[in-house]
Order: sequence, then C-alpha cells, then structure tokens
Amino acid sequence: MKYLDEYRDADAVRRLAAAIGRAATRPWTIMEICGGQTHAILRFGLDELLPPEITLIHGPGCPVCVTPVELIDKALAIAARPGVIFCSFGDMLRVPGSRGADGRAADLMAVRAAGGDVRVVYSPLDAVALARANPSREVVFFAIGFETTAPANALAAALAAREGLVNFSLLVSHVLVPPAISAILGSPDCRVQGLLAAGHVCAVMGAAACRPIAERHRVPVVVTGFEPVDLLDGVLRCIRQLEAGRAEVENAYARAVADEGNPHARRRMEEVFEVCDRSWRGLGRIPRSGLRLRSAYAAFDAERRFGVEAPGAGEPAECLSGLVLQGLRRPTDCPAFATRCTPECPLGAPMVSAEGACAAYFRYRPSHSRQDRGTTLKRGAAR
Amino acid sequence: MCLGIPGEILSIEEAQDELRRRGRVRFGGIVKEASLACVPEARVGDYVIVHAGIAISRIDEAEAQAVFALLEEMEQRE
Ligand code: SF4
Repeated sequence: MKYLDEYRDADAVRRLAAAIGRAATRPWTIMEICGGQTHAILRFGLDELLPPEITLIHGPGCPVCVTPVELIDKALAIAARPGVIFCSFGDMLRVPGSRGADGRAADLMAVRAAGGDVRVVYSPLDAVALARANPSREVVFFAIGFETTAPANALAAALAAREGLVNFSLLVSHVLVPPAISAILGSPDCRVQGLLAAGHVCAVMGAAACRPIAERHRVPVVVTGFEPVDLLDGVLRCIRQLEAGRAEVENAYARAVADEGNPHARRRMEEVFEVCDRSWRGLGRIPRSGLRLRSAYAAFDAERRFGVEAPGAGEPAECLSGLVLQGLRRPTDCPAFATRCTPECPLGAPMVSAEGACAAYFRYRPSHSRQDRGTTLKRGAAR
Repeated sequence: MCLGIPGEILSIEEAQDELRRRGRVRFGGIVKEASLACVPEARVGDYVIVHAGIAISRIDEAEAQAVFALLEEMEQRE
C-alpha cells in the first residue's frame, strides 16, 4: 500500500538505525506517547535495533487503557438495559470494570453474553446509522479517545442533532494528551528526556500545539508517525536535538501533519465538546485533561439520559498500570504479567488493548527473549 | 486506537450540508466509505488519513519523500 510499504522498508530501517548509532554518544531516554507507536516498536522489534544507550519508554497514549473504571461501570450499566443498543470500538469489550462481590470484574463481553445488545462499530457514524435504522431502540456510543477521535465523535453528535435523532446518545470519556504529558514530565520521578509526539493527535491539533510542552519542560518534541521508518526518523531527530542541547518541536510526520493541524476538524470538535477535568485510569484526576459535551448537546449525553451512578470503583491492587502508563515501570516488572494477567483474562486495561504496553509485551516478548527480531521486521516490511 | 490508514479517494459525494461530504476511499484492495467533512480541500486522487471512518488529514506528497531524501543526503555526506 502506498504510504505504508515504503515506510517499512528493511533497508531504510537499517540505515536509520545505523545513523542513530552514530548520533548517540550518551545514554538517552525517550518516551513515545502513543500506544499505536508502542505497538509498532515492539511488533517490528525497533527497540532492539537501537544502540544500548537509547531507552524507549512507553507513554499513556492508549485511550482504552486510561478510561477510568467508573466509566466502564457506567457503560456496563447502560449496556445491560433492555432496549439499548450499546456501540463501542472493539477494544473496549474486554476492559474489566470494578470487581463484584465474587471478586470478579465484569466487562461488555459478559453483558453481551447475558443478553445485552452490545455491538462493535468501526466508526461513530455507524452508530448514528444504527440509531436512524432503529427508531424504537436507544443507541448509545461509547465515545472514548484522544484528540484524534474527537472530530469523528463530534461529527456523529452534530449529524444526530441535524437529523433530530432522539434515540442517539454518547457516553463520553474523551481525554487530551498535553495535560497528561505535562503531568508525567512534571513528576519528580520522571526520567523522560525527549518525546515522540503522537502523529495523529498532531494531525488534528497541529505540530505547533506541542510548543508549550517543549518550552515549559525543556524537552525536544518530535512529531512522529507510526511506521518503522517514521519511528526511527523520530528517534534520530530527537537524539540529534538532545546531543546538541536543543529542545524544539520538530515535525517528522509532515506528510500528514501541518504546523496548524486540521482547523476544520478542530472546529467540529469545538462546536460539540468543551474542556473539562477528567480522571485517567492509573493516573488519577488531571485538571482540564478531557472533553465533555457542551450544554447545547446535553440531550445527547448518555450519562444524563440514563442517570447512571457508578459505585466507588475498585481496581485490582496488584495492577501496576498507573506506573506502566507513566513509563516508570515496564510491563514485565509487574508480578502479575503473563501469569495472573493475560489478554484472555486481563487484570488491567493495558493488557486488553492491542496498543496497551502490557498486551504488546505479552504478544511480542512472550519469554522476554530477543528471538526473531530480524524476521519480525522483514515480515512486517513485506506486508 | 489512534490508528489512521492512508487511502486514495476514488470518488466524492458532495453535499449541500458540509457535514455530509463523503467519499469512497481505497485502502490497498479494500474500498470503504469515509466522511470527508473535515478535509474540504481533498479531491479525487488525493490520499487521506482515515481514522474511525472520517478523514482527518490529507497527505502531502512532497513531504512524503522527505525522509528518504534525508537518508540519501546523509549517506552522501559520509
Ligand atoms: S500486566 Fe496486567 S496487572 Fe500488570 S500492570 Fe499490566 S495490566 Fe496491570
């Protein structure tokens, strides 16, 4: 596929890895923010192509992983109601809610098994179409995501409003990347020296939106794409800045990211959503770190429509997801990793989503071995 | 989650209401409908990044070559 295959070219990857080896004279620690990037780094074995001085740590950029337990519990309560068609991205179906009296946590899959009408959709616009086609049912969409997804969810709400659909609503759990990154960089334990910014968040918000972070925290920020060549190009530029003592915003994904981002997408998003405080699973409450529906769209707010209250939520004490999401621990440091916590039976959300760091390590580093790394890359490159 | 796939616009359905601008987009062998409401400048033949059923960005062909040009330059210098 054009704009994919050439960025998986094994030869270009090798040449970039060699350039990184030449550029790095000291140890550096770089965080990639987006879970999609984490997944690609492990899938293609890119971390193992880097010189030992370079450590990549994985950021909080997996919306599935950071959706708080309270919201999962609300989703479960709404999805279980008769007459409701509950629509979600597929990743959310296995995320555990809080634990019941029997010590087990329910998920949307369990609600479906018990007769709930839970459906996986690819786009929130599909949920709008379902509402249109089923006027006698309540259609609820679980609107999670970062800035990348907010325009799509906003468009769904705006279209539903235009059409006067009274049976469509959104359970909103939108989060914003910069406040979480600031929280992580501001923590005294933080080891991050450079950032690879999430390419598709920046496609909407613009590379320029990263400037306050680079300035406030004095770290280089490189807007980076998702393919092996993109990721290594991002690392190379970040290391060059670190070696030169610079802390600037650089755009290594300019084919998809303009300096000013996508103003049309932002306008859609701003019409429908406003900034609010949000809780992040594992990270706690972060001021002004999320989006909620504006009052003009209150009629589409599933929390209001169904009046669901979530009981005080409990997360399994042994899950280290908060530390993993801040890059303070590796998934393999968790005592439950690959034993009591597996993708089949996850204790925490980072083991559920394909973009969660725990799931990525489980899948691509099952025995923490370094086997196959060359093959992985070539296999990926041929796709 | 923030996965976005590059695809080529095959056809565009213009609409009176800008929210409804849609098109058929080809991803390798698969053709899907996508909203083009957020990329009003995109034309047939353009590549766009599609996420959750909507195009969020148009791909800039000239910029797409930048990294490879950089690699060439880097190696010639060495
Ligand atoms: S391995 Fe499982 S229990 Fe451990 S941090 Fe990851 S999700 Fe939580």
